[in-house]
Amino acid sequence: MIELLSSHYTYVLLFALLGIGIYMVIASENLVKKLIGVNLFQTAIFLFFISMAYINVEGASAPVVPNEKNPGELLVASPLPHVIVLTAIVVGIALTAVGLALIIRIYAEYGTLREDTLREVRADE
Amino acid sequence: MSNVDLILPLLIVVPLLAATLPIALGLRFDRTGWAVAAIATLGLFAAATALASVVYTDGLVTHTLGGYPREYGIELVADRFSTMIALLVTAVAVGILAYTRRGGPRGNTFYTAYLLLVGGLLGITLTGDVFNLFVFLEITSIATYALVASGDGPESAVASLKYLILGTVAASMYLIGVAFLLMATGTLNMIELATAIPAAERPTLIRTAFAFIVVGFAVKVAQWPLHTWQPSAYQQAPDGVTPLIAALVSTASAYAFGRLIVTVFGVDYLAAMPNAAAIVVTVGCVSVLAGTALAVIQTEVKRMLAYSSVSQFGLVIAAYGIVIAGNSGAAKTALTGATIHLVGHGLLKAGLFLAAALVATSYGARTVHEYAGLATHRPVIAGAMAVLLLSLVGVPPGVGFVGKWYIALGAVQSQLWPVAAVVFLSTMLTLGYAARLLEKMYFTPLRVESPAEPGPVATDGGSDADDPSEVGSAERSTDATASETVVPVTASSRAAPETVSVGMVAVVVLAALCAVALGFAGGTFADLLEPFLTEVIS
Repeated sequence: MIELLSSHYTYVLLFALLGIGIYMVIASENLVKKLIGVNLFQTAIFLFFISMAYINVEGASAPVVPNEKNPGELLVASPLPHVIVLTAIVVGIALTAVGLALIIRIYAEYGTLREDTLREVRADE
Repeated sequence: MSNVDLILPLLIVVPLLAATLPIALGLRFDRTGWAVAAIATLGLFAAATALASVVYTDGLVTHTLGGYPREYGIELVADRFSTMIALLVTAVAVGILAYTRRGGPRGNTFYTAYLLLVGGLLGITLTGDVFNLFVFLEITSIATYALVASGDGPESAVASLKYLILGTVAASMYLIGVAFLLMATGTLNMIELATAIPAAERPTLIRTAFAFIVVGFAVKVAQWPLHTWQPSAYQQAPDGVTPLIAALVSTASAYAFGRLIVTVFGVDYLAAMPNAAAIVVTVGCVSVLAGTALAVIQTEVKRMLAYSSVSQFGLVIAAYGIVIAGNSGAAKTALTGATIHLVGHGLLKAGLFLAAALVATSYGARTVHEYAGLATHRPVIAGAMAVLLLSLVGVPPGVGFVGKWYIALGAVQSQLWPVAAVVFLSTMLTLGYAARLLEKMYFTPLRVESPAEPGPVATDGGSDADDPSEVGSAERSTDATASETVVPVTASSRAAPETVSVGMVAVVVLAALCAVALGFAGGTFADLLEPFLTEVIS
């Protein structure tokens, strides 16, 4: 078990990050922290994609950059996950922007960023 | 074959590019938004019709973007399944644009978000690539969040943020599923995945991928218990926006889930996957029962209709479960049922939410209680709403019946008796909330001090200024309909000339007529889908 975990330490770290993100979304009362949690969750997925590009190619260099260890041989990681992650990052930024705009509006209307206070304020109205 | 395949990228690119125009032109001219949106949407509807005429005679239309082959590039595909949804999206978009001309939110920002939404939905429908599906899901979602948040009260921002957080986590779950698929097969193209998945060396990865995808779509399609974002989002969105979101956004997600099941994973592969069918069927059936039960106890009409969506999509998901579980005959029947129900439910919900918006504008009624005596004052709207409600229940000529019939037939053919029982039970419960509304509209006389009590009307926002005239207009229309029984449309439009135009009523009536017409055309649907079914279900 320990051996498996240590040989797959990237996955352990990535899924720990994933777990922290989803935990923040669920448990944090602060709306901004919730959004940060969503971002962590997404970042963990992006890293998962990137790590996947190197899975099947031992000793590959980053895509497009020639391999300096074996100059004759062009061994690069799959560029597909990188392209995907670029697109997904853009989507994530757009989502964060919309989310922050909504949080600003909520703050302007209710004067609080905390969900429990928000619940009380809304219950009073 | 001419350049028919160019329609596919145009259907996606035109609305996305046109979405920039209302804001850009809005800097200089005030009222360009509607013209841009109208031209774009009508063009899209025409293009989708042209595409459908080709697809239903010749079959598949594909377009490889930039001419790169499938292994490297992105592919757009229109087949008999996706074209049906593309037609639904464009047709409903045209109808809702016609309604919002007078009734809905106007403003250039609304038209921008509206065009983004339509572009994203058409993207979901036509893409042939699982990662692009994620991108289009998110484009659709972002536009939806913005539209929901454009509601009047501060509550809409809260509802929208709740939707944003849940929706993003759901889309991320789907993305993890895509990551596992990529890990196991090394490709993202749907057609390549269809051959690569059964040949994959590590089936555990595929199972994990399917699990994440099921969870992701269970949130996106609003399946119980992951539906919590939907009622508040539908309720808080502006009246003109709710029909658009309710009819299309979850429908497109449900379509995408069906596409992944039948084309990407493949029915045979999923049938061999342990417990896959049982899980999907259970999620669907529980949603049907929970959704209808929650709808029955609601007092707000829009919220009730939102919970009804939870149950109707439960039926679609249960039908997908039958597709996975059943033998090939039952799978075909169930998939036909799921498709008809998707299209039919989209149309019905668009019509019902439009009618609810119309009633709220002209009559100030938002709760079931306030609908009392609607049939006397607004006979046309009440009649259209009754037709739509009965069709939703599944009374025969309506389109709701055809979908339910095929799904129940599929359940019986595959010996999944619990599902057949659930379909029957859901019909009873749907009748429970539909009948409550019908009874209020037709058999409860209007109380004298009603309909516009200051409390409920004041909280709905926007119509405060109309309050005194609202009561007066309702009473005036009683006289009008009593004296002129022949032309009720003019009676209702004359009663409140500022807020309700003939066109707005006409859109709702048209939706009701379409619901009945499509009900009669149920067999045609099945015939049109037949070649697709034989292709994906061997």
